[in-house]
Amino acid sequence: MPTDYLDRFRREGRIVIVGASLAGLRAAETLRAEGFTGSLTMIGDEPYDPYDRPPLSKAVLLGKASALHTDLPRRREIDAKWRLGVAATGLDMTAKRVRLADGDEVEYDRLLIATGVRARPWPKESEADLDGVLLLRTRDDAAALYRRLKAGPRRVLIIGAGFAGSEVASACREMGLAVTVAERAGAPLVGALGGVIGSVSAELYHENGVDLRTGVMVTGLESDSVGRVKAAHLSDESVVETDLVVVSLGSMRNTEWLTGSGLGAGPRGIACDAGCRAFDFRGIVTDDIFVAGDVARSPHALFGYQFLSLEHWGNAVAQAEVAAHNMISSSAERRPHLWVPAFWSSQFGVNIKSVGVPPMGEQIMITQGSLAERRFVGVYGYQGRIIAAVSFDNTRWLEFYERQIERGAPFPVEFATVDRRPEGRQPVDAAFPDPSLPTHGPTVTLSGYSPSDRQLVFTPARH
Amino acid sequence: MSQAPLLRQITDYANRADPYPLYEELRKTPVLHEEEGGPYVISSYWDIESLLHDPRISSDFTNLAVASEDELSGPEATGLPPSFIRLDPPEHDRLRRIANSSFGPPHRPTRIDSMRGELAQIVTDLIDGFGDARKIDVVDQFAYPFPVTVICRLLGVPREDEPRFRSWVDPIVAGLDPDTRTSAESMKTAQEARLQLGMYLNGLVEQRAREPREDMLSDLVNSHGPDGAMTTMEVLSTAVLLLIAGHETTVNLITNGMLTLLRHPEYLRRLRDDPGLSVKIVEELLRYEPPVQLVPQRTCIADIELRGVTIPKGSRIWLVLAAGNRDPERFHEPDRFDPDREDIQHLGFGSGIHSCFGAPLARLEAQIALAELARRLDNPRLVEDPPPYRPNAVLRGPRHLEITFDALR
Repeated sequence: MPTDYLDRFRREGRIVIVGASLAGLRAAETLRAEGFTGSLTMIGDEPYDPYDRPPLSKAVLLGKASALHTDLPRRREIDAKWRLGVAATGLDMTAKRVRLADGDEVEYDRLLIATGVRARPWPKESEADLDGVLLLRTRDDAAALYRRLKAGPRRVLIIGAGFAGSEVASACREMGLAVTVAERAGAPLVGALGGVIGSVSAELYHENGVDLRTGVMVTGLESDSVGRVKAAHLSDESVVETDLVVVSLGSMRNTEWLTGSGLGAGPRGIACDAGCRAFDFRGIVTDDIFVAGDVARSPHALFGYQFLSLEHWGNAVAQAEVAAHNMISSSAERRPHLWVPAFWSSQFGVNIKSVGVPPMGEQIMITQGSLAERRFVGVYGYQGRIIAAVSFDNTRWLEFYERQIERGAPFPVEFATVDRRPEGRQPVDAAFPDPSLPTHGPTVTLSGYSPSDRQLVFTPARH
Repeated sequence: MSQAPLLRQITDYANRADPYPLYEELRKTPVLHEEEGGPYVISSYWDIESLLHDPRISSDFTNLAVASEDELSGPEATGLPPSFIRLDPPEHDRLRRIANSSFGPPHRPTRIDSMRGELAQIVTDLIDGFGDARKIDVVDQFAYPFPVTVICRLLGVPREDEPRFRSWVDPIVAGLDPDTRTSAESMKTAQEARLQLGMYLNGLVEQRAREPREDMLSDLVNSHGPDGAMTTMEVLSTAVLLLIAGHETTVNLITNGMLTLLRHPEYLRRLRDDPGLSVKIVEELLRYEPPVQLVPQRTCIADIELRGVTIPKGSRIWLVLAAGNRDPERFHEPDRFDPDREDIQHLGFGSGIHSCFGAPLARLEAQIALAELARRLDNPRLVEDPPPYRPNAVLRGPRHLEITFDALR
C-alpha cells in the first residue's frame, strides 16, 4: 500500500517548494534527478530567478561583479511552474494549500519550505526609512548599496560587526571610503567565533583603517531637513557624522507567514527532525511538510542533538538534497541531514573558514600558526572533545579537523602538529559573550534541549 | 611466499609498464609495513586524502626517526637549503607565498592564462618540425621540448642552455627514485648535480638582480612583498625546484596522455572533433595515469592510528597516489579510462598545502598539447605497446613513445 502510494506520488504527485533561492533550487534539481516526474511549483517572493548571495557582500560591492549577474548555475532542467515575485502568505495544513499574496492558492501533496531569512531591519521604523539607511541581503539591496558606495559617501557607518558587516567594511576600505563600525560586543565576530578570535579581527579592522567602536550601541539616527541621514548617536554619547548607514544586525527567519498554521514555526525557525520533516506545534512530526536551508532548525547527533539553525551556503545545499531525497523516498530509504557546519568569509584580504559549531566551544587552542601573524588554526573544545575549528589563511588543514569533530576526538589537542607555537600549547577561554545577551547575527543558532546545556538563543536586538 | 616484498616489486623496473596490478595487491593491506625500518605504505584514496591534510604529517626529513646518512648530509646539506616542497609551515608557507606572488592569483591572476597563445605557438612549431617524417618519438620531439621551452621562458632561463642543465637535472631526478635512494653513490651524484644547477642559476639570478626582466627569476630575486625577500639561497633552491618540477612531470603527463589516447582511439577521435574535451581528458588522465605515482617523502611527528595500525612517530610514510586513484571504494570501475565520469577527482596533483604549485600551467600545457596532436596527426598509431619506460618509479612515464601516422594536417 505505502509503496503503491509512493510510486504514484513519484509519478504524478504535486510538490510545492516555497522559497526560490539556493535551497529551493537545489531541492528541485534533486527531485528531478532522483526521478520525480510529477508537478513542481516554485514560489519566491523576489522577482528573480534563483541567485547566489555570497558575492553580494564582496565582489559586487567592489564593482567586480554585477548584482544582476550572480544567477545560480543550474545543474539540470527542473520543468517547474514558477511563481516569482509573489510571497506565500499562509498555509492550510488540513486542506494542503499554500496561500499567496495575490490571493491565489496552490495545492500540494508534499511541501518543502525553504523561505530562508531576511535582514533584520533597524528597529526604529522612522529612522529605518531615512534616505541613506540600507540593509544588505538581496540583489536589490546590493545594487543599491553599490550605487551609494560608488557615489563616494563622506563616511559609512556600519551597525554590527558580524560577518556581513565586516565584509562590507572591508569593501569600503578597499574603495578608500571612511568607515565607522559600531558593535555592541567587545570585538567583531565574537558571536560566531568568540573573543579570542574577535580580537584578531579587531586588529585587522584597525590595521585597515576602520574606525571600530566596540561596546557601544547606536541609540538613534538623525536626519537633515529633507530626510537624509546625517549622523548617528552612540550610547557612549559620541556622535558619528555619516551619510550612509548599513544596518547589519543579523537576520530574521521568514516564518511569519506560517503563524496560526499549526506548524512548529517561530522566530527561531521551523523545527524539523534529522530527516527534514517539519514538526507541528504539538511536537508531532508531519509526513508531508519538509524544511531546508536557513529557516530550518534540526537536531544534530554530533552536537548533543541540539537543534541547529545554520545560515551557511553549504548547509542550504546539503539539507536541500537530503530533504528532496526524503520527500520521495520510503522511510527505510530516508537519510539524515548530518552535515558538519562550515562557512567561509573573506575580509581585509584574509580568508576565514570555520567547521563545526564554534559557539558551543568553551575553550580554544591555537594548534597551528600564530594569532599575531593572523595565520592560524584555532580548535574549540567542549566537554573534553573537539567541537569546531577556525582558520585564518590556513583553509587547507580544516578537512583534518572536520574528521576530528566527526570522531569526537579529545580536547585539548595533545598530539604534535606542524607549526605549533608555544602560545598553542595550552587551551584558553574561547571568550564567547554571555549567551543570554543578544548578539549581532551569530551564524549558528543553538537552542539547547537540556537545561544543563549552554544556550545561545537568538533574541532580537533591542536598542 | 617466495615472492619478493610488494614494495620491491613496485620499484622493480620490470614492472614499470604496468604497476596497477601491484597497486591492487597493495590496497588489500591499506597500511602496509613490510620491513622493519621500511616505510608505511598508504594506498587507499580516502586515507591518502586525509593524510595530505593531516598536520601531524611532515615533509621535513629531519623529523625522520632514522634518516639515512645521505639524507642527513642530503642534497640540501651540500649548500642549497631545502626547497619548499621539503619544508613544513611556517617556512613552507612563506616561500610558497613569495613564489606564488609571481605566478598566480591574487597577485598575478592572468600570468598563466596569458601564455595560452604562446603555448599554442610552441606546440604548432614543434608539430610543424616533424616535417615529412611519418614516424616520430613523441617524447624527444614533442612532450619533452614543449614544457622545457615553456618553463625556460617563464623562469627566464635561456632555452639553448637545456643540454647543460639537463646533465644536472637527470641525476637529481634519479635521486628521487626510491630504488636509487639506497645507493650512496647516486645520492652523492644528485647532491653535486643540485649544487651545480644552483650555481648555474646563480649566474642568471645575479644578472636579474641588476637588470630585472619580465620573468620569474627576476620576480623571485627582487621580491619584497609583505613576506619580505627570499635570501639568495632560497631563490636558488626555489628556482631549482620550479625548473625541474616545471617539466619533468609535464613530459610524463603529455606522454602518458598520448599513449592512453592511442589505446582508447574513440577519445582521440572525439578530441579531434571537440578540443574542449581536453579539459575532461586531462583530469581523467591525472587520475588514470598520474605523472607522480607516489610521494615517498613524508613522515609523522606524532603516532598516528590508521585503520587499526599505529604508525609510530618518525616513520617514513609513502602515499601511493596512483593506487588511491584506482581505489574501487572511491571510483566506479576505477581501471576504466573514462573522461565522461560525472565527478572526476584525483590525487594526481596531491592535496593540502603541498598540492601541485604548477597545476594551472600543467593543465593548460597538457590540454593544448593533446588537443593539437589529436587535431593534426592523421591516423596516429603506436609502434610499440608497451613503450620503453624511464627507470623512475615515482616520476613514471615512457622514455620513448614512437608513433606512426599517415599525414600532418
